[in-house]
Amino acid sequence: MTTASIDLPAPEAAPPRRAQRRVLPGFHLALGYTVFYMSLIVLIPLAALILKTLSMSWADFWDAVTTPRVLASFRLSFGAAFLAAVVNAFMGLLVAWVLVRYSFPGKKVVDALVDLPFALPTAVAGIALTAILAGNGWIGQFFEPFGIQLAFNPTGVVIALIFVGLPFVVRTVQPVLQEAEKELEEAAQCLGATRWQIFWRVIFPTILPALLTGFAMAFARGVGEFGSVIFIAGNIPMVSEIAPLVIIGRLEAFDYLGATAVASVMLLFSFIMLLAINSLQAWQRRRAGDGA
Amino acid sequence: MNGRRALQRGESPWLRWCLIGLALGFMLLFLVLPLLAVFTEALRMGVGAYFEALQDPYAWAAIRLTLLVAAITVPLSLVFGVAAAWAVAKFEFWGKSFLTTLIDLPFSVSPVVAGLIYVLVFGAQGWFGPWLDERGIQIIFAVPGIVLATLFITFPFIARELIPLMQAQGTEEEQAALVLGASGWQTFWRVTLPNIKWGLIYGVILCNARAMGEFGAVSVVSGHIRGLTNTMPLHVEVLYNEYQSVAAFAVASLLALLALVTLVIKTVAEWRMEREMQTLAELAPERPSSPPVYTPRTHAS
Repeated sequence: MTTASIDLPAPEAAPPRRAQRRVLPGFHLALGYTVFYMSLIVLIPLAALILKTLSMSWADFWDAVTTPRVLASFRLSFGAAFLAAVVNAFMGLLVAWVLVRYSFPGKKVVDALVDLPFALPTAVAGIALTAILAGNGWIGQFFEPFGIQLAFNPTGVVIALIFVGLPFVVRTVQPVLQEAEKELEEAAQCLGATRWQIFWRVIFPTILPALLTGFAMAFARGVGEFGSVIFIAGNIPMVSEIAPLVIIGRLEAFDYLGATAVASVMLLFSFIMLLAINSLQAWQRRRAGDGA
Repeated sequence: MNGRRALQRGESPWLRWCLIGLALGFMLLFLVLPLLAVFTEALRMGVGAYFEALQDPYAWAAIRLTLLVAAITVPLSLVFGVAAAWAVAKFEFWGKSFLTTLIDLPFSVSPVVAGLIYVLVFGAQGWFGPWLDERGIQIIFAVPGIVLATLFITFPFIARELIPLMQAQGTEEEQAALVLGASGWQTFWRVTLPNIKWGLIYGVILCNARAMGEFGAVSVVSGHIRGLTNTMPLHVEVLYNEYQSVAAFAVASLLALLALVTLVIKTVAEWRMEREMQTLAELAPERPSSPPVYTPRTHAS
């Protein structure tokens, strides 16, 4: 309690500071339960992973995460997720733009449909995309005669990750685009700027933090994605085997240390992405604060 | 809104329809076609084969298990979400931003890693493995493991939904209720809960969709025992790998229907929530903080 040094004439008019801040009940109960639950579900299991990793010698750990098969899987997981996130940054911006700026019939349905990848179980998305893109599928059949395979290779992985990551970009860019100030655009238009100049110089800088946030989220999600990818990837070691599948492969071979080593690399990446996304969001809030 | 529309002469109609066409074409290709493919493949052999596939006892066992897992995990995530949102949104405390970052963790951690951490704690070679083994308790490759992995994946959904909503609403109404003599619980049930109702529904429906549809994390801890530890998504995988395409897509079509229902409820809840946020912003111009900006809900993976 910080009541000691209050020197106001009427103490009942100035309650102690702490009481003022925590006038609502239930703080200790709510925070206590939150911390307890998270310790049980998140912190203890994560500690198990970290301690297990630390129990390995550096040389063992390094060997476990730098075998050619693991490196190939990292290259695929990170590379495909990056490519998919780049495609999503472009297409997501386009979809968000169209949904915010234009009106057309069925817009509400389209808007709701953007979230489909969030709602559709990944395994369902995986087999559905495979059915479409396989050599005899609705889309795959048009590519088959040219010798282009869309499924069972890294191309399929990228396509699955585009599906999974699209809503991230749309849903981060959309509200920022909605809030963007029309006055600036009008001013630019009055000053004789072309539409392209207005987009590039006025709108793009406003939405850039949100776009990067969406990109980072789609990228982070893509690297760890499993369900939608394994059906379409073909899972050929060194070619189309993603990193999460390497973890599962090692688990099934009872190589717990090997699995843990790869998992800890992925966990480290998750933490880095979480920090990056957090700072991007802080940047975005500062941007929004400046604009207001 | 009218001013906004007036400025749309910015782009030529030609360019506008090009952009709309491109966006819709992309969505048709990447979102609508997969959805249609699920139902087409499920009905490929006719309606009879479809319903026959759904009457398989293993499919029923998977449906029951999925419902059971959701029935356990959604209420637990709900209680956690409300508690976490109450603490984070209504109070200031040390380590708050760390806590909110931690709540985001499952969105960026690979589901496979999420499953693995439980294997390391409860598996045969894990921390508590021998102890559990002596007592004949099985967690990994059994239902408790599936529940735990699903809890990890789903715990942020409701919390992340409620935190911005409750932050935007502030604490004035609760304070007023308390001053008028309501108890803490009364305040919560009568004041806070009605205010966050739509956000809560939104969070619960997304949490439920994820709980029923989770694949990666559950796949690591389940052991794929037919009729016992196969959830619906895992059963889809088993059937698919056995080339029982119609059966796999039939079960998948139930999950796709769930996704569609989720989208409908979500859209309605979102619409109601947006309206409430708007009235909130209009009603309280004297609110010291800036009017609540409608925060993106991209975390809802």
